[in-house]
Amino acid sequence: MAKEKIHIKNRDIVVPGDLLAEGMAYLPSGKAFREDNKIYAATVGLISIKGRVIKVIPLAGKYMPKKGDVVIGRVTNMGYSGWHLDVNSPYNADLNIGEATREYIDLAKTDLSKYFDIGEYALAEVINISENKYIKLSTKKRPYRKLKGGNIIEVSPTKIPRIIGKAGSMIKMLKDSSGCDIIVGQNGIVWIKGTPEKEALVAQAIHRIEKESHTKGLTYNIKKMLGGKKK
Amino acid sequence: MKAGAPDKFIVKGKRLDGRKIDELRPIKIKAGVIKSADGSAYLEMGETTVLVAVRGPREVIPRHLAMPDKAYLNCVYDMMSFATPERNRPGPSRRSTEISKVMKDALSPAIFLEKYPKTKIDIYAEITNANAGTRCAAITAASVALADAGIEMKDIVASIGVGKAGGKLMLDLFEPEDNFGEADVPIAIMPRTEEITLLQMDGDLSKDELKKLIAIGKKACKEIYKKQKQALKKKFETEKEAKK
Amino acid sequence: MRTRTVKSHISALLSKNKREDNRKFDEFRNISIDVNPIPRAHGSCKVKLGETEVIVGVKLDVGEPFPDTPNEGVLIVNAELGPLASPEFESGPPRENAIELARVIDRGIRESKCIDFEKLCIKEKEKVWMLFIDVYPINDSGNLLDASALAAIIALKNALLPKYDKKEEKVLYKEFTKKKLPLTKTPIQCTYAKINGSIILDPSKREEDSLDSRLSISILESGNICAMQKGEVGTFTDKEILDLVEKAIKKSKDLRKLVK
Repeated sequence: MAKEKIHIKNRDIVVPGDLLAEGMAYLPSGKAFREDNKIYAATVGLISIKGRVIKVIPLAGKYMPKKGDVVIGRVTNMGYSGWHLDVNSPYNADLNIGEATREYIDLAKTDLSKYFDIGEYALAEVINISENKYIKLSTKKRPYRKLKGGNIIEVSPTKIPRIIGKAGSMIKMLKDSSGCDIIVGQNGIVWIKGTPEKEALVAQAIHRIEKESHTKGLTYNIKKMLGGKKK
Repeated sequence: MKAGAPDKFIVKGKRLDGRKIDELRPIKIKAGVIKSADGSAYLEMGETTVLVAVRGPREVIPRHLAMPDKAYLNCVYDMMSFATPERNRPGPSRRSTEISKVMKDALSPAIFLEKYPKTKIDIYAEITNANAGTRCAAITAASVALADAGIEMKDIVASIGVGKAGGKLMLDLFEPEDNFGEADVPIAIMPRTEEITLLQMDGDLSKDELKKLIAIGKKACKEIYKKQKQALKKKFETEKEAKK
Repeated sequence: MRTRTVKSHISALLSKNKREDNRKFDEFRNISIDVNPIPRAHGSCKVKLGETEVIVGVKLDVGEPFPDTPNEGVLIVNAELGPLASPEFESGPPRENAIELARVIDRGIRESKCIDFEKLCIKEKEKVWMLFIDVYPINDSGNLLDASALAAIIALKNALLPKYDKKEEKVLYKEFTKKKLPLTKTPIQCTYAKINGSIILDPSKREEDSLDSRLSISILESGNICAMQKGEVGTFTDKEILDLVEKAIKKSKDLRKLVK
């Protein structure tokens, strides 16, 4: 009988191949995997232990879509039955006419670019990922829509929770201090809309959160950064 | 004896660069050095230096290379034209194409490629200065860059060159030993299970010598493995405070 | 990310006299220089311009001169825009961007006549020094042109000739002499981007992706121009060009101080 043993503690940083625990009583979660009676880390990550569940929260990686994700995509092409979007993932995304709007669209008379033109951004929900890895999007429900104008930036998808903050505290502060409308896609695309100067300032603030997320008093510093430049 | 060969490989018990026969050259590894890449690493092993960028998982172009059940791993080994004593012509050669393939074969067993169906993972290794052991340096650095990119892996692959020069078995050959010695054996392992993922050999060795060299190589790979993990932990340690 | 949204944001910001990273319109990003980082190269330089990073190496060899310049050394400049540096670059033979980059660097050096090519002649019509400059971007965060030009001139200034065995007619690549290359001048290049009518020095990646036209100007110590290149599909007026030449003359003085 193999002994049970745990080799890590909460909030440890682990790298692929690190032995986390021995014994069948422990369960791997997140980016952890089991081999025989041992549990290892599969990616660089942060450990979170809850009871017998050992979770590796990844600290790096590309966006891999899941059903229900809210993403921001860029329209790359238009077809007869809808649009193709780039959602910053290895897979192509499609928005079919039927999922784009509740309105009736008469294909014979309507120019689809009226809804979404090439190069424009859309806030959408991932409603399905097909067997052959096509992402199906929908913009039918609120608040999904076209994102007009503004500024678009890219951040690491693993840093999205930090930009949103605990119960949305960081994003609320960003919005309140800047007066900008800000939407964060789970795929790492962020849309900011305000005056050009404020849009640039919020972009700087978000990149700073991404980079300095470990520093103490970050929320205060970001607030100062946004408020300090107010005239 | 070939022109330019040293008279002896061991002088007063030391190798020509002052090392013991089982001593590695100084190693330096840094993760996250190329901003536009998804993962990257820089590695120094004595005078051999390499930069690696990982991009992906991303869309497969051309599309027919996409595999329904796993990621397509694309590996490119290249050498800067001024990395060698005589300028080497830029662009791929038969040598670099073969090394690209053995690198890919050495790294693949450690990656959960099945987690990324219909995608491509690109690894680009650029030798910036060459003084023997470049393919091993590239594999060691590539493995760190893959982990830095957040790609799911069973383990980190570590690699080293071992061989024989002046009748002695030795670790981590440098140029004169590599060029004029009797044998060289690049080896890579997944240190956790000790499975061998790269083995090449040329020269003249007995079965017993090979056995000893593999043991020397494995031991060294485990030492390198520690430095790979340290480099990654150093980069990601700063993230700790954030996810409270 | 070449998108209309980003371009219109950047244009709107420029129209308010601001840049995304708070730089002035005529300001370079931070520059750091590492001289001779590649021991095997006869001369090398790594330049970091903000997040943009380039390594340029110089290699020397001995070969035959061109028939029309029988007593002059040969200069060959090449740029490898490999996939290491950008998701947009691919492996394979150099494409037009790589060739344009190499040729702009080449002209900046060749036309400045900063190299005394006659001093690179070993035996007329038979043996001359061949000078290879290879440009390898490590990370493209915009304006590879200026980062490469700066790295190239510094690598040249710090290159040492390898030993040449005249009897055997062989270059001993690994043995460095103390002889430097015969350099007489220091050309300095400044690249400007025009976005929706606003003109800025040293475009970042997002600015570069948004530009309509681009102008690179190489300036000598004398204040004279030695090479220029207008790039991309937009246009400039003659007034804009003369204004930029004036700005480049001023700016190149600061940059030249970094060349050692």
